[in-house]
Amino acid sequence: MAEIAIKQVAKRFGGFTALHQVDLTIADQEFMVLLGASGCGKTTLLRIVAGLETPSQGEVWIGGRRVDHLPPRDRGIAMVFQNYAVFPHLTVFENIAFGLRMKKLPQPEVERRVTRTAELMHIEQLLKRYSGQLSGGQRQRVAVARALAMEPDVILMDEPLSNLDALLRLEMRAELKGVLAASKTTTIYVTHDQVEAMSLADRIAVMHQGRIVQAATPVEVYRNPAARFVGSFIGNPPMNFIPATKTANGSWTVAGLALPGPKSDKRKIEFAIRPEDVDAGDEGLHATVRVIEPLGPHTLVTCDVEGGLFRAILESNAAIAVGDHLRLAPKADRIRWFDPETTNAL
Amino acid sequence: MHGKALPYLLLMPATLFLCVFFLYPFALVAFEAFTRDGGFTLDNFRTMAGNWKFPVAFWNTILLAAIVVPIQLVMALLMATVVSRLETGRGAALYIFAIPLGISDLAAGLIWLAIFDQSGFLNTLLSNLGLVDRPVMFLGYQSKLTIFVAVVLAEIWRATAIMMVILVAGMGLIPREYHEAAEVFGASPWKRFVKITLPLLRPSLQTAIILRVILAFEVFAVVAALGGTNLPVLMGETYNWQFSLQDRNVAAAFALLILAISVGLTLFFLRVLRVPKEARI
Amino acid sequence: MIAVAEIPIAVPAVRKAGNWLLVATVILLSVWVLLPIYLLTVNALSSPEEVTAFPKRFFPSFDIGSLSFFINFAGVGRALWNSVLVATLTMILSIGFGAPAGYALSRFDFPGKGTFRFLVLMTRAFPLPLLALPLAVMFIRTGLDDTAIGLALVHTTLALPFAVLITFSLFSGIPVELEEAAWTLGCTRLQAFRKVILPLALPGMAASAVFAFTISWNEVFAAAVLTIENRTLTAFLLQSLGESPLYLKFAGGAALVIPALIFIFAVRKYLFAMWGIANR
Repeated sequence: MAEIAIKQVAKRFGGFTALHQVDLTIADQEFMVLLGASGCGKTTLLRIVAGLETPSQGEVWIGGRRVDHLPPRDRGIAMVFQNYAVFPHLTVFENIAFGLRMKKLPQPEVERRVTRTAELMHIEQLLKRYSGQLSGGQRQRVAVARALAMEPDVILMDEPLSNLDALLRLEMRAELKGVLAASKTTTIYVTHDQVEAMSLADRIAVMHQGRIVQAATPVEVYRNPAARFVGSFIGNPPMNFIPATKTANGSWTVAGLALPGPKSDKRKIEFAIRPEDVDAGDEGLHATVRVIEPLGPHTLVTCDVEGGLFRAILESNAAIAVGDHLRLAPKADRIRWFDPETTNAL
Repeated sequence: MHGKALPYLLLMPATLFLCVFFLYPFALVAFEAFTRDGGFTLDNFRTMAGNWKFPVAFWNTILLAAIVVPIQLVMALLMATVVSRLETGRGAALYIFAIPLGISDLAAGLIWLAIFDQSGFLNTLLSNLGLVDRPVMFLGYQSKLTIFVAVVLAEIWRATAIMMVILVAGMGLIPREYHEAAEVFGASPWKRFVKITLPLLRPSLQTAIILRVILAFEVFAVVAALGGTNLPVLMGETYNWQFSLQDRNVAAAFALLILAISVGLTLFFLRVLRVPKEARI
Repeated sequence: MIAVAEIPIAVPAVRKAGNWLLVATVILLSVWVLLPIYLLTVNALSSPEEVTAFPKRFFPSFDIGSLSFFINFAGVGRALWNSVLVATLTMILSIGFGAPAGYALSRFDFPGKGTFRFLVLMTRAFPLPLLALPLAVMFIRTGLDDTAIGLALVHTTLALPFAVLITFSLFSGIPVELEEAAWTLGCTRLQAFRKVILPLALPGMAASAVFAFTISWNEVFAAAVLTIENRTLTAFLLQSLGESPLYLKFAGGAALVIPALIFIFAVRKYLFAMWGIANR
């Protein structure tokens, strides 16, 4: 049982604040992904949980125990590093056994665990090799096996797939998901790749400039971004944002289309919708086609609308030419509204 | 594009230079050591070994190296470790620790002469503390032990920096993630040092030890400044035979002996501290 | 896991004690390095009478008696000049021979490359000053004996391996693409080197030049063996150890040390990079 609680954790490096009082609770056996662009503080947060970095303030609890003052080895964690950190002077066997030997486990137990995790990661034929004789993907497997062999309560992963090529990444992603689910550990996984985050996570914590902007299930994060940043960061292409102006009767005008919207005393707010949530038809936003990009299953159409650019994903058989005037009808239940000042969802 | 000759052209000056001023004199010194008046002979070595000063010089040199080098290794590792842990003032500490690197062995000898001389600072300190009534003669011909201690201190002071610099550079080559991974997997600081730092530092340790051991057998000016002729060492004897005794061939025999010891020890450390190719960083 | 709240004081206290120990160690080691130099300086900046007096003061009287005696002592001016001359020649020779070799090693793959590297690395296994002994004879035959250039040639054997390895790493650190870009933009190999590589490598090359200078400036044995009339400062001091008064020795020691301090300060940024490569 290892629930992780991060309470009011902040980290400052000199005058620079890497984390502003972050709160986050991760349930036992949950797979939590910290997602954000580089420099958003996600790795710092992970390293604070690991004990490799000391928080400037705040508390970290793992399994009901306060750990922020404990060294990493007393926290019941294991970690997979971005560059794998497979020790070059030790064989694969000794790498996987490293943590077990530190715990002074008896040799038969060490052998049992190394063999089991090596089989799990399909590297049992590599046990006698050195890191220098392994490919990137194999090193990755060793790093994961080394973490699993600890049978930890918590596994921390710092961009573990970022150094693999695209195909291998896809393969490892699926494998990691299976192995970690079976291991029943709590996982914190740091990545900047939203596809990776969506495919692996039970919940995603989207981070931006040292804060957690939203922590929710992948679908929730995608469908109901809590802030403008989340909508613009997640999704490819990202969410469309267009200014909406209040009309006399209390509804909102968006690119020539009148829509019922939230009650607000503001005169201007932002209308937002995902590119795939519009249909070309007789009614809707007034748009002029600027660029057409056929993507196979769909066509990505970039249009000029009043107040900016608008991207729509349309049927690939739609007959559209550059310069055409389109009406793009938003699906009513997919429309979201944002406060342009706080950037929060309304 | 470009001729295949270009790299050879670029290497030519350095190669020729090393042939003329490194390989050739090396052959020459071997030749001189084994000849006298034009004929092959082992007489030079017999003269060398037969001189009463030879065993003294030989064992002094060996003893000095055997005492100084291990102490320096530990100190250099300590310096490199504390420097790598410093967050502020790292540059300043590194510069200070590296200072002796730029100081001539003769100057180092003179520096420690200022301390150990009869009217020097150590005597002043001892008499100020009331420990001695009159200045002690530390470096006289009767006090071989204190001369030896002074030389050991001066050597440690002077030549630890070179090892420190090599080790700091070597530590910089070890990715931080290895230490962090070891920390996460339960290794205490001491365990991390023994199980990660030391093994991964092996190539640098090898370089540092080899360089330092060779320098230890070249010890000369420090001894000359502190002990004069009271503490014979191999290099000093070489110098004596060349100048005072005007016998080039015996001097060459000494030189060949020092060369042989150096090369032998180099091979020894290359072998002992070898890192298998597949286990490198 | 058991829900026990640990006492949060324990580890920070250990950590603080660790920090305190760290700082104390650094200070102790710094004193160990700096104190002897300070004491030599005290002697150099005291009058000859104070230097030979007992007990001694631990602060200099800033009397330039010792230093002026040293400067005016017969042969010192010449020895200083010789030291500078030999060191400058060493610097030019070692960079002049070493840099092209370093460039060739970093940019080309050719048969014999390994042999050359081995030759360079092998110089490390030898106490090089000893080679001054046979060279003394060769120099007498060729008229190089007792000349600045003769000694500089021997000092170059000491400095050349460093120059080769340092410039090798400098050039390896400059992406070959930069050079290739210059070729596609119409440069010849030489022009590309002059206009692109050289400016980038210059600070590092200057540092290795200073390093060569320092090696020569400090060398004692070969200098003493190879010079008689044209003695360098180290050779002069060594040969007058027996007869010269204490204050002359200490002033001479200070004259050797001060430039060395400046040299090391000038190349401090490169020191570790240099030895980093020396590892391989």
